[in-house]
Amino acid sequence: MPRRDDLDSILVIGSGPIVIGQACEFDYSGTQACRVLREEGYRVVLVNSNPATIMTDPATADATYIEPLVADVVRAIIERERPDALLPTLGGQTALNLTMELVAKGALDALGVEVIGARPEAIATAEDRERFREAMREIGLATPEAGFARTLDQAMATATRIGFPVMIRPSFILGGLGTGLADDVDTFVRMAREGLAASPIGEILVERSVAGWKEYELEVMRDVADNCVVVCSIENFDPMGVHTGDSITVAPAMTLSDPEYQAMRDDAFAVLRRVGVETGGSNVQFAVDPASGERLVIEMNPRVSRSSALASKATGFPIAKIATRLAVGYRLDEIANDITRATPASFEPVIDYVVVKVPRWQFEKLPGAEPRLGTRMQSVGEVMAIGRTFAESLQKALRSLEQGRDGLNADGGEASFEALATPELLERVGVASPDRVFELEVLLRRGVAVETLAAATGIDPWFLHQLATIAAARTELEAHADDPDPLGSLGATGLRDAKRLGFADAQLARLLGVPEVAVRDVRLALGVRPTFKTVDTCAAEFEAHTPYHYSTYEDEDEVAPSARDRVVILGSGPNRIGQGIEFDYCCVHAARTLHDAGYETIMVNCNPETVSTDYDTADRLYFEPVTVEDVTNVLDAERAASRGDGRLVGVVVTLGGQTPLKLAHAIDPALVLGTPPDAIDLAEDRERWSALCTAIGLRQPPGGTASTQAGARAVAREVGYPVLVRPSYVLGGRDMQLVYDDDGLKRCLTSMLGTGALGGSLDREGGVTKERPVLIDRFLEDAIEVDVDALRDRLGDVFIAGIMEHVEEAGVHSGDSACALPPQTLHATVLAVLAEQTTAIANALGVVGPCNVQFAVKDGDVYVLEANPRASRTVPFVAKATGVPVAAAAARLLVGATLAELRDEGLVPAATPVPREVSVKEAVLPFSRFPGVDTLLGPEMRSTGEVMGTGPTFGVAFDKCQLAAGVALPDEGCVFFSLADRDKPAGADLAASYAALGFSLAATIGTAGFLRDKGIEVHTLVGKVGLREMARDAVELLEAGAVQLVVNTPSGRGARADGGLIRAACVARKVPCLTTLAAARAGAQGIADRRAHAPSVRTLQERHA
Amino acid sequence: MNPPALLALADGTVLRGKATGFLPDSGVATGELVFNTAMSGYQEVLTDPSYAGQVVAFTAPHIGNYGVTPLDEESPRPACAGLVVRDLSAHPSSWRAVGPLEGFLVQHRIPAITGVDTRRLTRRVRAAGAMGCAFGTAPEAALLAAAAAAPTTDGCDLVTGVSCTAPYTVGEGPRRVVALDYGIKATIVRHLAAQSCVTVVPSSTSAAEIRSLAPSGVFLSNGPGDPAALAAPRDTIAALLGDVPIFGICLGQQVLAEALGATTYKLAFGHHGSNHPVRHVASGRVEVTAQNHNYAVARETLGGARVTHENLNDGVVEGFCVPEARAFCVQYHPEAGPGPHDARYLFDVFVALCDGGGLDGL
Ligand SMILES: Nc1ncnc2c1ncn2[C@@H]1O[C@H](COP(=O)(O)OP(=O)(O)O)[C@@H](O)[C@H]1O
Ligand SMILES: Nc1ncnc2c1ncn2[C@@H]1O[C@H](COP(=O)(O)OP(=O)(O)O)[C@@H](O)[C@H]1O
Ligand SMILES: [Mg+2]
Ligand SMILES: [Mg+2]
Repeated sequence: MPRRDDLDSILVIGSGPIVIGQACEFDYSGTQACRVLREEGYRVVLVNSNPATIMTDPATADATYIEPLVADVVRAIIERERPDALLPTLGGQTALNLTMELVAKGALDALGVEVIGARPEAIATAEDRERFREAMREIGLATPEAGFARTLDQAMATATRIGFPVMIRPSFILGGLGTGLADDVDTFVRMAREGLAASPIGEILVERSVAGWKEYELEVMRDVADNCVVVCSIENFDPMGVHTGDSITVAPAMTLSDPEYQAMRDDAFAVLRRVGVETGGSNVQFAVDPASGERLVIEMNPRVSRSSALASKATGFPIAKIATRLAVGYRLDEIANDITRATPASFEPVIDYVVVKVPRWQFEKLPGAEPRLGTRMQSVGEVMAIGRTFAESLQKALRSLEQGRDGLNADGGEASFEALATPELLERVGVASPDRVFELEVLLRRGVAVETLAAATGIDPWFLHQLATIAAARTELEAHADDPDPLGSLGATGLRDAKRLGFADAQLARLLGVPEVAVRDVRLALGVRPTFKTVDTCAAEFEAHTPYHYSTYEDEDEVAPSARDRVVILGSGPNRIGQGIEFDYCCVHAARTLHDAGYETIMVNCNPETVSTDYDTADRLYFEPVTVEDVTNVLDAERAASRGDGRLVGVVVTLGGQTPLKLAHAIDPALVLGTPPDAIDLAEDRERWSALCTAIGLRQPPGGTASTQAGARAVAREVGYPVLVRPSYVLGGRDMQLVYDDDGLKRCLTSMLGTGALGGSLDREGGVTKERPVLIDRFLEDAIEVDVDALRDRLGDVFIAGIMEHVEEAGVHSGDSACALPPQTLHATVLAVLAEQTTAIANALGVVGPCNVQFAVKDGDVYVLEANPRASRTVPFVAKATGVPVAAAAARLLVGATLAELRDEGLVPAATPVPREVSVKEAVLPFSRFPGVDTLLGPEMRSTGEVMGTGPTFGVAFDKCQLAAGVALPDEGCVFFSLADRDKPAGADLAASYAALGFSLAATIGTAGFLRDKGIEVHTLVGKVGLREMARDAVELLEAGAVQLVVNTPSGRGARADGGLIRAACVARKVPCLTTLAAARAGAQGIADRRAHAPSVRTLQERHA
Repeated sequence: MNPPALLALADGTVLRGKATGFLPDSGVATGELVFNTAMSGYQEVLTDPSYAGQVVAFTAPHIGNYGVTPLDEESPRPACAGLVVRDLSAHPSSWRAVGPLEGFLVQHRIPAITGVDTRRLTRRVRAAGAMGCAFGTAPEAALLAAAAAAPTTDGCDLVTGVSCTAPYTVGEGPRRVVALDYGIKATIVRHLAAQSCVTVVPSSTSAAEIRSLAPSGVFLSNGPGDPAALAAPRDTIAALLGDVPIFGICLGQQVLAEALGATTYKLAFGHHGSNHPVRHVASGRVEVTAQNHNYAVARETLGGARVTHENLNDGVVEGFCVPEARAFCVQYHPEAGPGPHDARYLFDVFVALCDGGGLDGL
């Protein structure tokens, strides 16, 4: 069956902001979907609230709505656009849930919209665990014994019947939220309660625990003719009990015999058929008893998923693209395999390498969260590595994480594990954690038996033997260290063997006691160099037409010669807090723009979730760790590939965030495009930067640097408290602390410097030294923070792309605060100063390409906080708010274009555009996943994603953002105030404005007294939590559902238990909680403006027409 | 420690690796090199008699991960001439395993080489076609000479060497099937025997002897080597054709084709793997199939036969039938072992045919 001609326009729903469990894999899949649909000639209508995506670029769809993903809004869009069909299977759980809500409300039927990709009936069967289990029983497939419960009593009865331990899962949730394993009654009761609350329908499943069994996933596809294929099998290194999103995973499956694999394949197809996924991709998860091979179906996702993104990158089979074609009527055998061109998509990819995915966690940014892995996903990103063996891929993946690790130990990071005694390590590995794989290597090296560790961890012995192979090789390598010429004695064979196990030069240097450059030089002299192989879906059986490469140490290299000029773009590595999809967005733009400008583009990145690692984003793709060694290898290979006039023009390091920027110094300076490496150092080196500011007459918050306690105290005395303390060279405000006095300073430094063997919190980043001191600045209180994005060309012409005024005051990390474009309260003269100073900085640094400057404006005075000579997090937001393709323009400047030329081309306007409407960006925070973590915003960034809202006024845009971020502002009810003393005076007006909007007010005793003195009526008084001063305390009030909005600002200093409990209750009850007066003011304005303006949705194309 | 070894191809290519498995005194193992892209099922492949005389290189890098088990044997002993891998797992892990693959290789005297850039090898074979190879610890010159001299399967009857020498019967059932053993896989026998009483007979069994067993159907098995070299089996089938329902798999298809007067030819590097898409012409459905063949049936010589299955990658005839003669066959392996189960329905088609049904639906 060919393309469906009865459809003209199709609505695609994106997945919204990046959150844990739903990251940029859906930008990748959604972008592919839109592209395919347009190629097929359909009109594509897209809705997604996330501005940092490629899919929301105006060129991706015909009508792009950056609007909140809620049923009413989507309905309004449908009414406006009248699409024929809705494709919900490429926007993650968000899109599925939203679609089901629209179906339930009858909106789709009423408006004549057909759901394609997966019928609502199929979605319901897969998503409703009760129906799913019933369906499995019908087709004779086993699931873990279980029972559903809607009350605690029912839950208890079921658990008793099944026997502990049990697994608890709330119905209709994502990423394991609210799920967990309970070993005993107490834990069970607590978790069952939490789970009942977490489920949108108040239901949990109590299930037999099969923790410790092997966990597998099959990525499968089915077309209208019932043709089914497995795209990829994935085996989890971490067994059942650790969420697949938090497990190290391996493709293809390593330890399944063919009869077992084929039986699993049969089951997966049976599941697909029974659930009724007629067209598209799905993911089926299995548990296998290692002792008997008994197999249980765990779940199926009737949509593309994180795992299907991984499977696509792992095999070269573009699942999202093909799922989209299937959804519009094609059969698998009617679709060509892009890579071989000669063969159809109706086959099963085979791979001749091993793919390892390792998650990236960020517990260090979330004090209060325990680094313990379980059935709920907590990682914020992931890396993938490709090598010819598991050992090689694992080590490559570990160094891709950018956590200061070079591989599986044998690096500076191993010290904390080496320091532990064997019994303690043995106890630790019993609990899954981010460190477990490293601890296992130490234990294996100490001779602990594989069997012992397999029993302690549930990890398959095959994997442990692979770790043991690495450990044994390390021991052998170390033995050469005593040799006068370790590299010589190792020889070509020894070096090649080590490289084939994935050892980095840095690891070898450390083990052999020689400098890293010596390892590299000797290695190259001996001819031990990487070869680049190709990912081709077919294990070389057919010729491949897509240069998608990975490095390994083999005989034959497959990089094709090129007679064209080539530009390498370094990607941003794994998603993490502070460096997310925005940078991938910039890199993708660079690839596309430079391709159009006539270059052959080359992408280097290791993040499987992204658009950048799609094999058709750049002309060539190297799926490699973004480290000095690996990038240098790629550059060598590309240099060697030059033929005729073709040459390697240079490397883009300023569009991928901090990751490539940090590599700039290690790359041949002649190859670094745009801003010279020294300028990068100039902006990051505190002393040099201060000197520069002074030289060009810019004001900075007073401050200094220190590497000792005494030094720090001296600086603090000089600049005056409060001060901000932070390490140099980190991104996202990592470990940044606000300190009010000497005591606090001492505590802060102790934690950063570490004491004795324990090491400081910065050990992994290289610790605190004279060269990497701690920075101490005067904290500017009540200052307005401003972000400015600018471009400068090689002739010194500067374009101010956007000025963003933050909603929250300085002190809340720029990545965590809302911001508005154009600025809302800043005076024109201040804006002129900001533009002037940004220009001065760009000139002084010699920026060529993008740069970002952060300012604080206090009492009309402008202070420079920092400058980043690279594209910033806000580039995509600015692009979408102003309609200027900032990232693309930046890329062109890097290869020598001038702003004048770009203006002539129409890529850049003559002057900074002033949009007619106001756009607001709001941060999305991960607190619901980390119940122990305080939600107060501060200088350490913790948001995982962002949403954007645009409207005629700031209030409307802000209100849309809150709705899009999942914390809709209420329209009526009670607002609860609990304010810090310093905020009380200003809080009075604020409370009055909520009262004027018709809200009743509640407040804690102190706040209430103050408000009443000002003549503001407070309806409900609450006491301190737990103190029984009043009838009810704040938490009880929240739990009773009597509060619709909380305004809680922290009092000056110290632990704030009461506030913490209130905020935690807000997270649990999903009550919006504003923790700054600025945000609360914006909230009131939002509610007022929402009432004053009719709701409206508009496309990006209309806004910038 | 495994001694260093080399793998030489007839075209002069030399790859390095380490010797493992059985180490022949001569330091040389030879055969025709084929690559197999299956990612699981190495033991079934190694024990498949169709690989007689061939050296099998797996494209999947880790081989031996789940050890060996008698459950996965396609014949009592491996028939292949050698094994080439990137990494042979020393420590298998599976509840089914009785031991490591390496021990199995030693026990059955199968030489192997590990640590090889098998992707390079595959690309070479893809470009130059299947060719002779030699590997082992012997000096490079000796290996190159041995590779150049290594016999290919062209014109060779390799069936006689792997066929059973005396008939045997397995299974119970309302009908008797005579299975001609050209190197039959255990999984095929299991599938036939699940529904019928199967008498497996040597490839040399005459038409008269077969008739004397009064079969409801005759099955032509898979097997090694060049079908054109199998004159006697061809004539036997030609004599039976039309008298009794016939079902052939793999070499069985080629013998049936020859019996019909069609011809076979050698593919450049054959089909060896578990992922080949085949279209069932009548329904348009796609089956993902296990394949292992170097020869194929020339479509234009098939005359009145109807092509029922074709390979979507390269158009090769993957199945045909002669309804009036009640004969059909497929080039691929519906029995799997190893491979997907998509085409198992063909065994039911055969049973129905034996019981008087036709082939119209095929
Ligand atoms: N019955 C069970 N016993 C032990 N662990 C389980 C069980 N069911 C699921 N898990 C673990 O919990 C994780 C999440 O469960 P899953 O059903 O896949 O939900 P989701 O992926 O939707 O969050 C799985 O990856 C698995 O490791
Ligand atoms: N001197 C200061 N006074 C008040 N707030 C500050 C000061 N310096 C930094 N901040 C706050 O800390 C946040 C992070 O600091 P910044 O220098 O931008 O680090 P990063 O490199 O993590 O972006 C800023 O966004 C701002 O809110
Ligand atoms: Mg899951
Ligand atoms: Mg900043």
